[in-house]
Amino acid sequence: MSIGMLLDMAAMAFGDRVALGRRGDGITFEHLLRVSAGGATLLRSSGAERVAYLGGNSAAFPAVLFAAASAGMPFVPLNYRLSEDQLDGLLGELHGPVVVCDEAFQGVVARTGLKIHRSEDWLADAALAEPAEPVEVDDDAPAVLLFTSGTTSKPKAVVLRHSNLVAYVLQTVEFGSAEPDEASLTSVPPYHIAGVGTVLTNLYAGRRFVYLPNFTADAWLRLVAEEEVTSAMVVPTMLARIVEQLAGAQAPTPTLRAIAYGGARMPRPVLEKALVAFPGTGFVNAYGLTETSSTIAILGPEDHRAALASADPAVQARLASAGRFVPGVEGEIRDSTGAVARPGEIGELWVRGSQISGEYLGLGSVLDADGWFPTRDRACLDADGYLFIEGRSDDTIIRGGENIAPAEIEDVLIHHPAVKEVAVIGLPDIEWGERLTAVVVPEAHAAPEPDDLRAWVRARLRGSRTPDEVIFRDDLPYTPTGKLLRRQLIAEIGAATTYERT
Amino acid sequence: MRLKTGLRLRSQVCSTEVIVVRPGSSEIDLTCGGHPMIASKETPAEGLDLKPELSGGALLGKRYTDEATEIELLVTKAGAGTVADGLTPLLLKEAKPLPSSD
Repeated sequence: MSIGMLLDMAAMAFGDRVALGRRGDGITFEHLLRVSAGGATLLRSSGAERVAYLGGNSAAFPAVLFAAASAGMPFVPLNYRLSEDQLDGLLGELHGPVVVCDEAFQGVVARTGLKIHRSEDWLADAALAEPAEPVEVDDDAPAVLLFTSGTTSKPKAVVLRHSNLVAYVLQTVEFGSAEPDEASLTSVPPYHIAGVGTVLTNLYAGRRFVYLPNFTADAWLRLVAEEEVTSAMVVPTMLARIVEQLAGAQAPTPTLRAIAYGGARMPRPVLEKALVAFPGTGFVNAYGLTETSSTIAILGPEDHRAALASADPAVQARLASAGRFVPGVEGEIRDSTGAVARPGEIGELWVRGSQISGEYLGLGSVLDADGWFPTRDRACLDADGYLFIEGRSDDTIIRGGENIAPAEIEDVLIHHPAVKEVAVIGLPDIEWGERLTAVVVPEAHAAPEPDDLRAWVRARLRGSRTPDEVIFRDDLPYTPTGKLLRRQLIAEIGAATTYERT
Repeated sequence: MRLKTGLRLRSQVCSTEVIVVRPGSSEIDLTCGGHPMIASKETPAEGLDLKPELSGGALLGKRYTDEATEIELLVTKAGAGTVADGLTPLLLKEAKPLPSSD
């Protein structure tokens, strides 16, 4: 079964319902199917083997995604914030794709000499083009190639096969389960796995989706109210801005039943403020990777409420967990010897299931002989199967021979009243191998003393977790999807330190 | 017949089409409307009629299961026939909704 069938089914069941855009002038499921069939003709006539998409969230994104599926061509959404050189590199790996591109980004790809369609023109042409006969798509054919965010290494293209994406949808969504008045607001970009996931799952549920191309907290709140949005997916940095914008007031969003968050670590103070600002809204923490076709574990609204209401510290702690594995996904924690860890013991998270790809373009599969994928995330499971993510294995700091997860210290420092944002990194050190450096963005008008912050950590964690130094900055570098760019921060601070010493 | 995940089958006597979501633990005599289901590309035999006792219909997007073998099918095209193991209708699977995560 190809992802194209998900749209076929939706168009059969609720063809005249608005699938995307505003209630007044949105595109129906039936029209989306028509555009994707016409679009397939346009894409196939290019003679290319792959379809690159360089654009923001708009009707063109799902239309090109399904047109590519219908044409039997892998769809590759690219990060439009990359430089011309970086995009050249990625497009080079795709061997002459046909490109559908927003007008704003045409200049960036102009010199590549590739066949470029402007998104708006392509959409209009696709609606008029002769519908293509659907080609028989093999379940194991690549549907989407998605470059990882590349925060810890060079971006790699993950191969997501039709079978992976369809398994994700079938295992986590009931067909047609949305009420006709439901609407989902997507603020994550198309080149993020959640951007792809949201199209497939909402469409299969029969839920209209509304896009916010350029996120601001104000625009987000306004759109939720105007379009009577019932569910929304945000990354933690977006939720932090929304909460800041509300400044202690309750959100004027009576229709909003669910907020899903994921993509990076959620700072606990942000979540606590959000729970107060959105009292009638259920919160869902979704954990997943590009390589796992989006969500593999969920902490649902009931879990959030139970954690807040419970007197049991183990249940309270679950507010910081990623919840439990979704149906069809198995997971286990393995220690450094490869043995399965006991509950509470930290190791590497391995997962298995039909939605897991674990395969990279040109590099092949990294699944082990039994189909398990190493996430490179350090994690533990509690006795009831709740998953706690500690951070990337690659981010582990080794100080004096001891492995230290930065998140452990960051989670403590973020609660200090003078700390707005924090990153803990390891910098080269003659004595310790790496020394613990806390990089802190203070709250407005606050001027915390390094020794106060160090004492704050010392009072709450083992002595080896106390930062060796504290550095203050005006901001921290993040990807647009809220992931901290640790490597960039280390390079920046390392360079600054060297400069001061010479 | 022995099912395989992803296998697509059609009814010979109505518009029903299904896809195998879970292949189950053993063989099944999969029928729709009282006649064996065939691979989606095959042509139905002529002169077959929908059996009235197996005309409850297959609903689009619903899953049907056999408890004993844990076979699970998803209806990708609705039809008038009932999906069955021989003459025993498969059961409509109750949805266990997960909170929407994206």
